Amino acid sequence: MKHILSQVFHSGKFVVGFCIFMSILLLMIFYPIFNPGNPLQIVSIGTFAEPGIYVSVYDAVDSDMNTLKLDEAPAKRLDSVLKSEDRVKMVMWFDAAGIPVDNLSIHDTEALLTLWEENYDATIRPEGMTKADRNYFQRLDGNLKKVIVTHDKVLARQDPSSSELSVIRTIEDTDYVNIKKVANVKRLPLGTDNFGRDVLKELAAAIKTSIFIGLVAGSIATLIGLTFGLLSGFIGGLVDDFIMFITNIFTVIPAFVLLILISYSIGQDQRGPTTVAVVIGLTVWTWTARAVRSQVISLRNRDHVNLSKLSGHNLFLIIFTDILPYIASYVIMALILQISGAILAEAQLSLLGLGPKTTEVPTLGLMMNWSMLYTAHLNGYWWAYFPVILTIALISFSLNLMNTGLDQVFNPTLRD
Amino acid sequence: MAKELCLSGKNVTKVFGFGDKKTVAVNHVDFDFHVGEFVSIVGESGSGKTTLAKMLLGLIHETEGEISFLGKPREIKGRKQKREYWKEIQAIFQDPFSSYNVFHKIDAVLLDCIKMRGGKKLPYEKKVEMMTEACSFVNLKFEELTNKYPFELSGGQMQRLMIARIFLLKPKILLADEPTSMIDACSRATILEMLQNLRNEIGMTIIFITHDIGLAYFISDTVFIMEKGNIVEYGPAEKVILNPEAEYTKRLISDVPKIHEEWDLSTV
Repeated sequence: MKHILSQVFHSGKFVVGFCIFMSILLLMIFYPIFNPGNPLQIVSIGTFAEPGIYVSVYDAVDSDMNTLKLDEAPAKRLDSVLKSEDRVKMVMWFDAAGIPVDNLSIHDTEALLTLWEENYDATIRPEGMTKADRNYFQRLDGNLKKVIVTHDKVLARQDPSSSELSVIRTIEDTDYVNIKKVANVKRLPLGTDNFGRDVLKELAAAIKTSIFIGLVAGSIATLIGLTFGLLSGFIGGLVDDFIMFITNIFTVIPAFVLLILISYSIGQDQRGPTTVAVVIGLTVWTWTARAVRSQVISLRNRDHVNLSKLSGHNLFLIIFTDILPYIASYVIMALILQISGAILAEAQLSLLGLGPKTTEVPTLGLMMNWSMLYTAHLNGYWWAYFPVILTIALISFSLNLMNTGLDQVFNPTLRD
Repeated sequence: MAKELCLSGKNVTKVFGFGDKKTVAVNHVDFDFHVGEFVSIVGESGSGKTTLAKMLLGLIHETEGEISFLGKPREIKGRKQKREYWKEIQAIFQDPFSSYNVFHKIDAVLLDCIKMRGGKKLPYEKKVEMMTEACSFVNLKFEELTNKYPFELSGGQMQRLMIARIFLLKPKILLADEPTSMIDACSRATILEMLQNLRNEIGMTIIFITHDIGLAYFISDTVFIMEKGNIVEYGPAEKVILNPEAEYTKRLISDVPKIHEEWDLSTV
């Protein structure tokens, strides 16, 4: 056993696959510990908040402030409003309004702003410019005015009875708050999804559910396939014919179509992750059965099996001690592939809206389904679907890589 | 020599496949093996020797014909009957390397035999004693073998252990299917000697399957020559080999390479 393990971990492919899979597992285990709570809790009002660190403005203005004199601060403030595409648009406005822009570089912020201040007039309606464009320039102008001239901002409280404002404090452009002093800071490394849930937290929970589905479905499929394969291969004759008849029927009907039909007929309310896993497991066992059968057929005429028969061992003892250990490595590899296949099958089903019901747990497929229904992919909300796709790809990739690595270890003809 | 029948067959036939793929492996053979005899079945590869052996063992069913055991038609339909039958007839296979389950230790193989002889409830010391005796019969030391796996032994040792297994089981009939063909010449002699010892001590009938007609001549009382599923000639070893009648037997004999003589390859 020790020897086999050391051999397995010498295979580069297996180790790479194992590391990827383990890091996914670590994310699944440890992220909920650092960030406890219900993964389906809605944290943001409104959909698809961008990834980042969210600082409570309400708390920030009450925190102790320090004065930092930073030279680059005004330029940064300006840059946040005046992006390079805005600069290009400004030059376009000058052209449309007939204002000469000789030798003006869009990177020369000062010259650009001076020219803008001198010439921009919201009442001018240059030819060929749509209303939307004119509105855009008005917004830009407003933003620029806010930034260029630095007024101190005043924080006031409104008296509920008299509606009078009383000044609490004045905020200068050099006031800074230490983020540690702010009571409420929320880190959303992958933003929020369409329901306003924390995507990373949801992802960690989804990986857990999907791997659970993979394990259950993979185990069921392997168990059925193994039992059928062993019986049909070892007993042969009529039993073999009968089992192969059933196996062939299941092989001919595409498993995925069967999966869709069963999922649909079970109905949304009855479909928990376990049900979906069982349904997947019940439809994809056929090739394990066929593969195990062919292995057993080549084993059953070996001398050690004959000797075992001559020693008076019964059928089950022979299967468990003389056949099963010989195909154990093969079965484990089949199990790994079945797990990876089941995770993919769940994702496909859920993407079609036939996955587990949406109210209890997230799964990788459901997350994709949600982001697709809310058109995240069309609006560039990459954080809602891309990490999910990447995770599915990595799980499947790492399992297949481990499988290839094991194959190299157990199959002498593939050894380097 | 006792002329009591121990195993006989009438019209024994085995056919594999159907239609175009039909292969007649054993074609209507009749044979009588007597108690205490050392019988050799000789033939080239594919002549049906091993198929016949497997039928005799009851590992595969004969397509046609009847095999009698101790004068009565044998009944091995059920598992119990088979178990009883296998107490009386045992085998040594050609390839010692594939005869063992590589996941089991050597002790397990021998303990199985004791269990089969009904010694399941014996105290462990008694079992060890029996296993030690069996091992010393084949010049092996049980202390060195215990807790080892079969693949840690050499081919000769494995085949001797197989004989130790037979010694523990003490069946009436031993089917040895080319037990020496995977073994080097020195080990071969000791193995043949042990088979002879088994016969002399326990009075076992030994059915020895080989492709080596020279070997058959030296060790056996009776020789059966098989060609393409048919028994073409049989009788006492001296008669068959020194005065062969069938063409096939003559060819087999001429194929044996002899030292100090040109090897006649024309018949091959």
